[in-house]
Amino acid sequence: MSAEAVPTTKPKSNAIGAPSILRRHGSQLGILGVGLAMWLAFVVMAPTVFLDIDIYKAFAESTPFFAIPALALTFVVITGEIDLSFPSVMALGTAAFCQVSEAGFPQWLGLMAGFATGAACGWLNGALVSRLSIPSLVITIGTSFLYRGIELVMQNGTGVPLTEEKYATMLQIFTGQPFGVPIQTLWAVAFTGFLWVLLNRTRFGAHVFLVGDNPTSARLMGVNVVSVKTWCFVLTGLFAVFSGLMTSFVGNYFWPTTGDGALLSSIASVFLGGTSVFGGTGTVLGTLVASYIIGAINAGIVSAGVNAFYTQLVFGLVIVVSVVLQTIIERRLQRRPIITN
Amino acid sequence: MGQLLQFDGASMDDSKTTAPAADKTPVIELRNVSKTFGEVRSLSGIDFKVYPGEIVGLLGDNGAGKSTLVKTVMGYHRPDAGGEIFFKGKPIRDWSVNRARSLGIETVYQERALAEKQPIWRNMFMGREPRTKWGLLDVKRMKSESARLMTEHMGFTSAAVHPDNTVMTMSGGEKQGVAITRALYFDAELVILDEPTMGLSLTETKKTLDFVGNIKKAGKSAIFIDHNIFHVYPVVDRLYVLDRGKVAGVYTKSQITMEDLIDRLYRVARTGSLEEAKPA
Repeated sequence: MSAEAVPTTKPKSNAIGAPSILRRHGSQLGILGVGLAMWLAFVVMAPTVFLDIDIYKAFAESTPFFAIPALALTFVVITGEIDLSFPSVMALGTAAFCQVSEAGFPQWLGLMAGFATGAACGWLNGALVSRLSIPSLVITIGTSFLYRGIELVMQNGTGVPLTEEKYATMLQIFTGQPFGVPIQTLWAVAFTGFLWVLLNRTRFGAHVFLVGDNPTSARLMGVNVVSVKTWCFVLTGLFAVFSGLMTSFVGNYFWPTTGDGALLSSIASVFLGGTSVFGGTGTVLGTLVASYIIGAINAGIVSAGVNAFYTQLVFGLVIVVSVVLQTIIERRLQRRPIITN
Repeated sequence: MGQLLQFDGASMDDSKTTAPAADKTPVIELRNVSKTFGEVRSLSGIDFKVYPGEIVGLLGDNGAGKSTLVKTVMGYHRPDAGGEIFFKGKPIRDWSVNRARSLGIETVYQERALAEKQPIWRNMFMGREPRTKWGLLDVKRMKSESARLMTEHMGFTSAAVHPDNTVMTMSGGEKQGVAITRALYFDAELVILDEPTMGLSLTETKKTLDFVGNIKKAGKSAIFIDHNIFHVYPVVDRLYVLDRGKVAGVYTKSQITMEDLIDRLYRVARTGSLEEAKPA
């Protein structure tokens, strides 16, 4: 790196150099590179499938199911925590919507009930983690069972059909195809934009980074660590409910098992997207791109003619390698100071 | 700029650094402050003043009461009944950390309170990020202000230093510079430096002491706590020597040479008194 050599010819110069683009956006460029390489490999291996628009439409419909909660989960992970309960929140929030709507109340009230449930679940997670300092890994396993249990009891284990006649507007909102583009992906992209602003252009977002980086410093400088962490969990609860509703409307049926299968894909998207496993750094854009990579692995391997049993193998390799690389890069950055004057 | 980077006893001109006129109101004044923790009396009957634009050194052995005194000033401890705290001449009853901070008492902590993985501009405005009229983070201002502070106040001229650099890439002295500059930027009246040179290399220490000089240049006051008299003496205007919870002596720098001070510190450590063994 050229920054190692400090120029001594113009000591009075006020010119200050920016760190290289690679250094600043290394992890994001890395994930884009991985995505591109995988896509090219799939195109070469199965050109008929990957040069057809249909496969992309399929990705665009299915990926947001775990991408949308992953976007909000990125905030939680940046603060140095984890939320394993969001799949249960997906189901519990959707159950609340169904109960209110099926009881004859207007559906917008159902939506409000659903999102309020998600926020409440998130708040409880956040409060337990930040106020009582319980490790989030442990307590969200507990609340995961708790929320799923409440939902199963509420539903008595049965689902709810979400028919075209009764839920026409909702189906438009969650499964429409404006201009031929699946709305699920439009939502995911819109949320990415919204969350990008929240993370990078608000005080709350700034505090999310500080809390994850060094909670003691953040507290000493007047950042309300408890509130920041709690809001991150609330955010995850809200987005989980959105995904739960969306998934249910796509299938025209609310299954009491809604959310199963989202957990590992979402968490993998966050880490593959370059969010530090140690907290303090991360991007929502990285998470979005990573979700589509993970969504593509499955379909790609099958259509490339490889035995489907390899899916999990490749999936695991991609995640393990990316986290290992990210950790090595982080360590190297710390060991190589770029300021030498 | 050159002024900032050169540091030695001589560059701090004595005529400028002698204690301000006594008729000035101190920024902070402690009168008859004692602090007891259970059976242990950490401070007893302390009188302590810091005038505007003055750097006050706090010397004393381990257990002399330095940190208790400083934690009382920053609002972390409340004095025992009978002790009084005045801020700019006004008695303050509800003394607390938040109260102290709102009055402009900033602490540069030993551990510096930085977020290492974040860029300098985020650290500079930690907890007090400026916003645009839309309520969004004013990133542009945060970056340009950081760049300005770094070149004007921290003396960075190197092409390698940019507000986008993360703090973990900086040396210990430079990190200390960020912490001190940050305290100054937020209109601190009084900056408390809690052993700022601890664990720093020789050049980093020099850099940190330069930053302490900046506090004075900015017209603010500081309390400088350190074990090392060689670090404290050159930058301060007055010195308090604490021993076993009491003020053992107060010196204006012009009244005492460093050698004399060292002698007295040894004496106080052995005998508990600065004065009685004074050579005739």
